[in-house]
Order: sequence, then C-alpha cells, then structure tokens
Amino acid sequence: MTDYQLIVVGGGPAGLAAAIAAWEEGLTKILVVERDRDLGGILNQCIHNGFGLHHFGEELTGPEYAGRFVQKLAETGVSVLTDAMVLEVTPEKQVRLVSREMGYQELTAQAVVLAMGCRERTRGAIGTPGTRPAGVFTAGAAQRYVNIEGQMPGKRVVILGSGDIGLIMARRMTLEGAKVLACVELMPYSGGLTRNIVQCLQDYDIPLYLSHTITEIRGKNRLSGVTVAQVGPDRAPIPGTEQDFACDTLLLSVGLVPENELTRAAGIPIDPHTNGAVVYENRETECPGIFACGNVLQVHDLVDYVTAESELAGRAAAAYLAGGCPADDEPYIAVDAGAAIGYTVPQRIRPGKIDKSAELFFRVRAPMKKSRILVTSGGVQLAAYPRERLAPGEMERIQLPKSLLQKAMGSITVSAEEVAE
Amino acid sequence: MKELICICCPRGCHLQVDETQDYAVTGNACPRGAEYGRAECTAPTRVVTSTVAVRGAAYPRCPVKTAAPIPKGKIFEVMATLDGLTLRAPVTLGQVVVKNAAGTGVDVVATRTLE
Repeated sequence: MTDYQLIVVGGGPAGLAAAIAAWEEGLTKILVVERDRDLGGILNQCIHNGFGLHHFGEELTGPEYAGRFVQKLAETGVSVLTDAMVLEVTPEKQVRLVSREMGYQELTAQAVVLAMGCRERTRGAIGTPGTRPAGVFTAGAAQRYVNIEGQMPGKRVVILGSGDIGLIMARRMTLEGAKVLACVELMPYSGGLTRNIVQCLQDYDIPLYLSHTITEIRGKNRLSGVTVAQVGPDRAPIPGTEQDFACDTLLLSVGLVPENELTRAAGIPIDPHTNGAVVYENRETECPGIFACGNVLQVHDLVDYVTAESELAGRAAAAYLAGGCPADDEPYIAVDAGAAIGYTVPQRIRPGKIDKSAELFFRVRAPMKKSRILVTSGGVQLAAYPRERLAPGEMERIQLPKSLLQKAMGSITVSAEEVAE
Repeated sequence: MKELICICCPRGCHLQVDETQDYAVTGNACPRGAEYGRAECTAPTRVVTSTVAVRGAAYPRCPVKTAAPIPKGKIFEVMATLDGLTLRAPVTLGQVVVKNAAGTGVDVVATRTLE
C-alpha cells in the first residue's frame, strides 16, 4: 500500500491542472506539494491581464487565472501541503520532503507528476562584465518585490532582454513612477510576444535596442550605470558603438530554465534542447509512472497551454493506475527536430497510446516569413502545414493524426522552410 | 492605411486599418481584431492592472484591475487614484476598490481574494 495514488510536485498552474484532471478521472488519493505559502505559483505575481483567452475564452489576470484553479481544487478531495519542499523523488516513486509543520517525511505513491516550473537565468548565466553592485535583479524577482511585497527596486531602470517578463516589467515600473530608459536585446528580434512589444514598450515610448547588449555594469555599492553596445551578426559587441546609461536598476529578462534538479537526481533522461525530461505523447518520462508537465518540461509562452499539457499528464497518470501500472515496452516513434526547428515536445510518440492524433509542440530557431512545416519519415514527406510566419518567441503546434504516425518508419522529422510569398 | 499589431490575444495578428474606408480592418483572424483595429485608430483603450496596499492580509499588496478597458490617456490618472488607498482584509475577488476611477465610468476591482 502506498500513501497516495498520485503525488504532484508543485502547486502552480501545471500542478493544479494535473491534480484536478487526475481527480476527475477517478483518482481519490492525490497530494499536491507546494513550497510557497499559497497555491498558484508565479501567476500570483503576474498581476497583468492576458491569461485564459484559450482556456476560459476571456482575458484574466494571473491571480484570477490561478484563483479559478485553486477554487476548483478546493472542491475536490485532493490533499494539499504548502510550505513544503520536495527533496527527492525516486524511480520507485518515493517522495522525500520537508516542511516546518511536519518535519521530514517519506511518502510513497503509485504515480508522480513533476510540475516544478522554471527559474530565471541570472547575471552569472550571461557573464556580463563589471562590478557587483546592488540593483541588478532578474525581472521576475523585481516583479515579486513590486507586486507582492510592495517594494520598488529602483527609479531609473534599464532592462536587458526582451522576454515577456522584461517587457511586462518595463510597463509595470513605468506605471509605478520609475523611468525605464531602454530595453536592450542581443538578438535582432524580440524574444517576447508581439503584443507585449506594443502594449508595454510602444505605449510608453520605451526604446527597444535590438542587436545590442550590455558590456559593462558599473557602481560601487549601488548600480550607477551600464554601457550598451551594438552587436554584429556574431553577437560580439562592435567597438565604437558604446553608449552609457546612468541608472540605479538593471532588470534581466534573459531566459528561463526548467527546474529539473529532482528529475535529474531521479535518473530521468533530460533533453538538452528543452532542458526538460524526454517524454512520450502523454507526458510520461522514461521512468514509468513519472510524468512531467508545464514549464518544468518546456518553457511555455502561455499558461493556457501549460494547463492543457498538465491536464494531459494528469489524465495519463490516472490511466497509468487504471491500467495496473504497466512497465513501458510499447513501441514508439522518435520525433527528431530537423532543419530550422529548435526542439519538439513530446520527443517520443507511441501510436498505440493515442486516440485520434497527437499534438506536437516546437519552436523555430529564428524568425521566418511565410513558411511550411514538414513532417517526414525516411525521406518521405508525410504532411505539410502552412504558416504565415514563425518566430522563436511563439511556440508552434501541429496535430499528427494516428493514420500519419502509422505510416512512419521508426522516427519522424519535423522541419520548417520558407516558401515564396 | 495604418499597420497595427493586434494585442487582443497572443497570436498578434498584423492588421491593416483603412482610415478612408471607415476604419475597415484586414489581416485579423477574429472579430476582436476588427474591433481592436478600429478602436486603436479612433479611441485606444487599455485594461490597467496594478496593486493597492492592504492591511491584515498575508501580503502587503492586493492586485487590482480596471473592470473594463479605459481610454489610454487616462492610465496615469487611474494609477494616481490608487495611491494612498489602503484596503482592509478580508478582500474578495471582484470587490470594487475604486468606483468610477478618474471619471472613466469604470470601476477598479480586486483580482485576488486575501483573507
């Protein structure tokens, strides 16, 4: 006998949706473990609107979106443990955790859903030269200070990186009275959603410097300024293009990394392109009965897709139990990322496990104009999907019908190519 | 002809708005785009989200939003009405925090329940 049928690690949007879906599929002994004080994860600090258009058909703020799932969970019999940190998950599905209230505990489950989310890349990850003054924050940390704790990180702000959190914080700091001097992006295009460029930067006349980076951080105790320089096609700074900005705050929005310490420690294989687990069509990892979903699996642009993916994982966990916890020996088709494609999720599809079709998520490596997405196997084209444009900042998805997968030989390759207008 | 990027959803449709043809919109994938394109060229609006101080809750700030889009030019005036305001817990989701903010006819409401 195990303590729970299912333990969900993480109580953000992914964990909430997975737990609710598993409950709705008939599991009755489910535990959600959350390290923060409240459920909802990072949505609680994302006070801006724009969430839920796909899932709810209306535009909600982050706390509202989270609130709906927290409410729904409360109407189930799912157990919740907050202020609790999972230390280890074993392949045998033993979950070791520690909390102030209960101390150290070892719990067992028949299935586990990993929903730990992701973490921001920091200054160390991008190696910006200069001194180490106060005033350099990741954009998400600043978001927490402003929106949850009511503290302003500074008054004159430069933002490095044009990911969505950086763009959102450019507007937020402006509304709270700070002067945002510039948003600086290394690449020749923004990594954020186009709508955020419009409503966060253009609305407030904040300049976006594409193909630029910060080459020096200055300041003794507090940040006093940064040097911004243009970069060439090789992304190296071009001498002579430097300009100085006097600022007391630098926000970094330079990417997110799935938080997979538990996954790695469990010996679950990781895809070096997503930094998340290698998964099958139902989000099962290579360790039978352990599933992964949401930003711990692949960094999503939209929480709506996190919800959809996590419902899939939750339902799959319930099906795994209903099927008597089978060992994994079904044949699968490997999905390879071909020309112009950065990664795909899932990486493996078992045709025997899908009803009508499998949904495939991926990102292109660089922006593309009118294009088509090709699915091939053994050099034979199985399907083509037209797109008006493609961008790395916007995750793409295609449906692979079961009939198509049955034609595949061992593996399929997804690629993209531009077509004449 | 004015070119815009629709902000109604993350798809970000590239719209063309023809001022000479009663602001006819092309390039939109849904009716919201046509509406947005027209409004953006005639009377642009935005939903404003922010926080207000709250006492007696686990956190010192309560997130809020305008219950509907307000004229873009009124954003900072609406922000100013939130300054110096202090709520008392419990606060419930949807509770009106400021009525008719800055004369826009739109209320500012809480977006999180804080006990």
